Amino acid sequence: MQIGLEHYLVVSALLFCLGLLGVVTRRNLLVIYMSLELMLNAANLALVSFSRFNNNLNGQIMVFFIITVAAAEVSVGLALIVALYRKRQTAHVEDLTTMKL
Amino acid sequence: MGLPDILFYVFAALTLLCGVLVIANPFSRNPVTSAMFLVLTIISMAGLFVLLHAFFLAAVQVLVYAGAVMVLFLFVIMLLDLKEEERRRIKTFGLITGLVAVGAIMTIFVKTIRVTKPDGNLSPPTLEGEPAALGKLLFTQYLLPFEVVSVLLLVAMVGVILLSKKDSK
Repeated sequence: MQIGLEHYLVVSALLFCLGLLGVVTRRNLLVIYMSLELMLNAANLALVSFSRFNNNLNGQIMVFFIITVAAAEVSVGLALIVALYRKRQTAHVEDLTTMKL
Repeated sequence: MGLPDILFYVFAALTLLCGVLVIANPFSRNPVTSAMFLVLTIISMAGLFVLLHAFFLAAVQVLVYAGAVMVLFLFVIMLLDLKEEERRRIKTFGLITGLVAVGAIMTIFVKTIRVTKPDGNLSPPTLEGEPAALGKLLFTQYLLPFEVVSVLLLVAMVGVILLSKKDSK
């Protein structure tokens, strides 16, 4: 059977579900962040495969921008986690339920 | 079945396996292990990008994600002392909620992929994602977003410096 668009979409959907499961079940802020990256990557894979099978380069440009924005997002998020850790000495979501620092 | 098809299955299996090990590693609950498996996931996904003829994006994926972003992650993991995280267990309630959410979104995905049957006369893909074509598009049609992204990176950099600076007061 020829590898087509659906194959890549199935991989992308499974990867997205894995990321979602990680975000909901894990309790460590850093692992939650990694699961978010997994979800972003799943979206990237879907976009690249759409781009390839529609003969349209715009999808790849979109992925390029997503990677750039994700890098900025990760740096800001990790800085926030470090700042939070300095105040509260924890990176565990169940210890971070109050809004007041 | 040609070599690209076999390679697709190899890379897809590797991506999903390492993805599982990122979120639920039965041997270790250390965030460093998760980060290492995330690196493997990203690299095998770069392999999938190569199979999709997106060569430039595969290179960028390895350079930016596996290089820069994961080094940042590891740096922060080393910075924070997360010894006690290993002892905690996953709550059953969280697991049930997660499975329900994943089941719901999986249903949507399956239905979507089922509905959008590709028509048989779709021409075989000829697109090549080499840097020249991508760069040409990036510097003509997408020039404004490109410049906006550079401003965004600058803003992120200033923000990170401000956030992670120690309070001198």
